This record gives sequence, C-alpha cells and structure tokens, in this order.
Amino acid sequence: MSKKLLLGDEAIAQAAIDAGISGVYAYPGTPSTEITEYIQDNKTAIERGIHSKWTANEKTSMEAALGMSYAGKRALVCMKHVGLNVASDAFINSAITGVNGGLVVVVADDPSMHSSQNEQDSRFYGKFSMIPILEPSSQQEAYDMVRYGFELSELLEYPVMLRITTRLAHSRAGIEAKAPSEENKLSLPTDMRQFVLLPAIARKRYKMLIEAQDKMMSISEQSTYNTYHEGDDFSLGIICCGISINYLLENYPENNCPYTYIKLSQYPAPQEMIKKLEKQCDEILVLEEGYPLLEEQLTDYFGKGKKIKGRLDGSLPRDGELSPDLVAIALGIKTPQEKKTPELVTARPPALCAGCGHQDLYAAMNEVLEAHGDGHVFSDIGCYTLGALPPYQTINTCVDMGASITMAKGAADAGLFPAIAVIGDSTFTHSGMTGLLDAVNDETNIVVIISDNDSVSMTGGQESSASGKLEPICAGLGVDPAHIRTIIPHRKNHEEMKKIIADEIEYKGVSVIIPSRDCIQKVMRDKRKNRTVVKTDCKK
Amino acid sequence: MKTDIILSGVGGQGILSIAAVLGAAALENNYHLKQAETHGMSQRGGAVVSHLRISDKPISSDLIPMGKADIILSVEPMESLRYLSFLKPNGYLVTNTTPFINIKNYPEIQSVLNEIKKQPNTIAIDADTIAKNIGNGKASNMVMIGAATPFIDIPFEKIENGIKQIFERKGADIVELNLKAFHTGRDFALENR
Repeated sequence: MSKKLLLGDEAIAQAAIDAGISGVYAYPGTPSTEITEYIQDNKTAIERGIHSKWTANEKTSMEAALGMSYAGKRALVCMKHVGLNVASDAFINSAITGVNGGLVVVVADDPSMHSSQNEQDSRFYGKFSMIPILEPSSQQEAYDMVRYGFELSELLEYPVMLRITTRLAHSRAGIEAKAPSEENKLSLPTDMRQFVLLPAIARKRYKMLIEAQDKMMSISEQSTYNTYHEGDDFSLGIICCGISINYLLENYPENNCPYTYIKLSQYPAPQEMIKKLEKQCDEILVLEEGYPLLEEQLTDYFGKGKKIKGRLDGSLPRDGELSPDLVAIALGIKTPQEKKTPELVTARPPALCAGCGHQDLYAAMNEVLEAHGDGHVFSDIGCYTLGALPPYQTINTCVDMGASITMAKGAADAGLFPAIAVIGDSTFTHSGMTGLLDAVNDETNIVVIISDNDSVSMTGGQESSASGKLEPICAGLGVDPAHIRTIIPHRKNHEEMKKIIADEIEYKGVSVIIPSRDCIQKVMRDKRKNRTVVKTDCKK
Repeated sequence: MKTDIILSGVGGQGILSIAAVLGAAALENNYHLKQAETHGMSQRGGAVVSHLRISDKPISSDLIPMGKADIILSVEPMESLRYLSFLKPNGYLVTNTTPFINIKNYPEIQSVLNEIKKQPNTIAIDADTIAKNIGNGKASNMVMIGAATPFIDIPFEKIENGIKQIFERKGADIVELNLKAFHTGRDFALENR
C-alpha cells in the first residue's frame, strides 16, 4: 500500500476508522482537534455513517462513547489534556465499569503550553484510573497503536488511553495503513449490572480492576512496543518514553548509541525490563515528555539506590517539551555554536483578527469601565482571551472553561462592583450554563457578556453547540428576558453598545448581553466555499 | 540525501502551502519526511514556524536540532531572523523582503534587510511584487519555493509535480500561474546566489 502524508492526529483518525469505530466523540481542543475533523471529512466514515458530530464538552463526549461501548461497538474519544479534567468523572469511573465494545481515549498533551493554560501530564490520569496507557513514538506507531488499542481494550474489557503530545499530533509523516476492519455488531454486555456503580457492585468491580493489574503488567512486559536495546557502555542506561526516543537517536545518526536503552511506549511501565536495566547499568536517565512520572517512581526516597537522572535532578529542565538539543545536553554531547537572533527581532504575539467583533466589544467595554478602574472583568478560554493583551487589556482572568461566570459571581458575592464575565458562545454551552444558573438562583449582581461569533474559532472554526440557542437557554435558566440584551458588535453600534453595558451594570441582578457577529475567519471560509461550489456548478 | 528546512512566517501567510508542495515532492521521490507545524493560538497573526525534514534515510526527530538546518525559508523578512539559531554555519537564508506589519514596534525595514545581508548565504527576494507582476499576489509563496530549490536535494521536476498536484483541483490556469511564479523565483536565486 502506498504511503499517505498525515499529521499524527490524522494517522490516529485513519486508524480508528480502519479499526471499525462506530463513533468519535470530541470537543475541539488544540492539539487534538484534527482527529475528529479528519473523521468528519473521511469518505469511508461518511459512507459508514460513523458518528462524528462535535459534543458540548469532553464529559458528554466520554459518557456518550461509554454508552456506545455499552452497546458493543467501538468508540473513540479525543480531547486535549485539560479536557480530561472536564471528562475525568466519567473517565475514572469507566475503569470501574469496564467496557463492552473497545474504547480508546486519546488525550493530547501540550508541553510548553503552545496553546494551553498548563502542561499537565495525562499519564497521571491513566495511572490513577489503573488502565493501560499507550504512548506512540511516531506517527506510524500512532496508527498501529490505535488499531492495537481497540484489540487490547476488548481483550482486557477496560478502556485504553492513548497519550500523545503536540509534536506528534501536529507533525506529518508518511503513513502506511493496514486492511480495514468491519464495525462491531450491536451487543449488550453479558453482565447486565456491569455498568451499575452501586457501592455493592462498584466494590466488586474495583477488586476486579485491581486483579487485572497483573495481566496488564504482563502484557506490557511482552509488548512489542516496549523494547530493550543493549549497548556496550554500561555507565548509563536510558529509558525513553514516547517520542523522546527520537531525540535520543537524533544524537546518534549512525544508529550508534553506546548505551543500553529501553524504548517505552506501553504502560504500566514494564517492571522486569526496567529492573534488568537497573542491574546492568551504573546510572539511569529517564527521558519523558511532560511531568517526571516515571522518574519519580524510580527515584528512591532516601537516595540509597542508583542515581536516577532526568527532570528532577536537573539533567533536563523541569518544565517544557524536550528537544534533540536538551537530550544532547543531558548526555553531555557538545552542541554546535549557535547563531544568535539579532536584537531587532521583536515579539509577534497572536492578536484578534481585523474585522473581529470581540474587538468592538472590548473597545466599548474599555470606555464604560474607565469610570470603575481596572480589575472588574472575568474572562474565559477562546480567541477573546487575547483581550488581555495590548491594545485592549480589558480582561483580568482566564482560568478554565466556564470560570468567567462563576468567578465573577464569587467576586460579586465578596462585594466587587461591577463584576462582569466575558465568555464565548461555545465556551458558554461547554461549561458556562451551570454557573449562570447559580447566579440566577442567588440573584447575584453580575453582567454576563456572551461574545457570540457562532463558531469555535481558536481551534479553527468548528460548529458551535450554542448556535441559535443562546437567548432561549439564558431565558430558560431564569434570566429576566428584559435583561437579555442583544446587539451587533460593530463600530457603527459603538454608542448603543456602551449604553447597554452601562445600563446593565446599573441593574441589580443577573444581566446577559449577547453581542452577536459571525467570526470573520468563518465568513471568509464560507465565501471561499461558496466560490468553489459556483465553479463546480459551472463545469456541469 | 538530507535537507532540513525551517519554514517561517506569520500566521495566515500560508507557510503550510510551501510544506505541502515540498512534502508531495518528497513522497513522490520515496524520501522520508517529517514536518512539524504550528496550530492553535499562534495562528492568529502570531509568528509561526514549521520544521520540514526530508531524507533518503529514516528520520528520528520531528524537530530540527539547533545549528543543523540547511535552509531557513521565510515568507517574511523579520521572521527569517527569528530562528537563526537553527541555521547551520554555511546554511542558506532564503527570504521574502516584503514585511508583514501587524505590530506597532516593527523595526525599520532597512535595518532588517541589513541584518539579513550579514548572513554568509542569503537570497532576499521581493516575492510579493514578482507574484503581482505575474498576475496574482497569492502566488508569492511559490516564488519563495522556487528561490529555495537550488539548495534542496530534490529533483526540480519533482517539485514542479508537487505544485501541479496541490493546485490541480483549482484548474489549469491556476497551475500555470503558480508554475510561472515558481520558475521566476528559481531563476532569481540562480542569478543571485
């Protein structure tokens, strides 16, 4: 079969389709978004009718996928690392229920925070839930491991986590696909109480999960994805988790690494293999992308064992993603003298697009808020977070999906006036609705601005779950319809927008302002699409 | 054979179209390829970079090590300097000279061009004007690929095929326009190397 040039994310998507999934469930999040997008556009997936519509958030994704697994079919869930925080209730309990149809949970971590609020390491969640974790070292291995992951999930009857990081997700390589499988037939679990986590059943299921650990370990020890490479210099043994193997080998281009090393791509970490390395070598260096999970496990609390090197002892930086250069330094390899970036090169941070409605909102807010001073605006995750940077510098917080409304509420409870939340349309339906309900029930004096561009824009303009539903949702949650105000955020409406904001600040209670204008990127994309359609029609 | 290229520019300038053409050419030649991209937040008008690695042997790292890139290919002059630490001592810096100014403190353009000239091997080309003269400013990225081809170890015809492949769907005249841009860039580099 010929090779296809695919992103790591796309390789995962192709593998899931070839593995016979019946559905993918996801909310957009960098660097995981392209997995679902690929499935949405894939011909086979469309013909098979594979479910691929975006969900409201990662928790609803995880639960729907578990439901599909309950019904005997294979399901894929994808999210960025912080998305797993949202999905964690369902995720951790899915290890107690176990699965029926194969269930693979792809979590894409973002070390160095290219497009994230933190760089948490999802392997901790995998370990916490006591399920196998797969961490591919290349795009091809990502393809192969998704296929393997579904088989493993059905063999063990547990969900399997596939953990990737930005560099694998957003890097292309030639991929060889293997013959596709059929979808599973609908079939209910053999034990009709397997998924009922009443304490009496959950206790039994948890014991089963504990007992399954030995089997998971022995599969890991035998896995062809974990390999032992014996060298002839035993002064150092190296454990390479996931893609870090590439950074090691990059430093030995003739494939002449003198040290013994383990390529580790499947967890639980293979204990016998690591014990053998410890026996053979004087010191151990752990290369892992993310937190020092394995390094911490191997490091002796009292410092009596052999020296373990890595992120904790300073051989590698404690934070940020790895690189061939950082690994070279840890190995004591001399790196070439670098050219320096000339001083005149200035930073070019991301900015709101020309023609974006968020800009007009912030321009109006800044004028109204001048009277109150800085420090009154709680915001959220999305393009509008860029409102923290010059020229607007309007917002004071960005913590997690939905936190704008609830933090504004807490500050208002503390006596801050005015307390204003700025949240996007899809972030509002992701995690903002419950916070608004709290404020309504408490009659809190806040202004919630839902800056609506009818799109999930920062991740590339995916369809928003909130589309056309914002006003009825707010009214349904109990906001007084007289204080649900809509406006088109545009220069020509600047004065009117200022008046609305000023009026609603003065109203003692929950107000919602919805400035609505389509994302300019979405408008341009739609224009291009229409042009192509016209052209095709002409040909006919 | 091994060519490591740092592609740089500003989010929205379409550096990934350059990567797509070179990627298609490399695959057609049965070369190995890895190409790390920038997605997400920085695409909104921020600095973007892509590491493109092509080799006849398997490639380990998705990232090019510091001081090892054969070429920096930049569609924006200041951005061509941002990643200088990746360029090997005798590597080529191939850059567009038309600045993309979306920040207030963009340095004086002449001083940027002077810094570029300080590098031992440079091709500085006004790709925007060349593309406009040919008939479409959007073809400037193809001018840039053309200007880099003398330093890339892939047969020139294979890269031409790559362009044909990528633009095929948009019709014969678009393919022709982009090929013309490509050739003009290449001729410029051959004359000015």
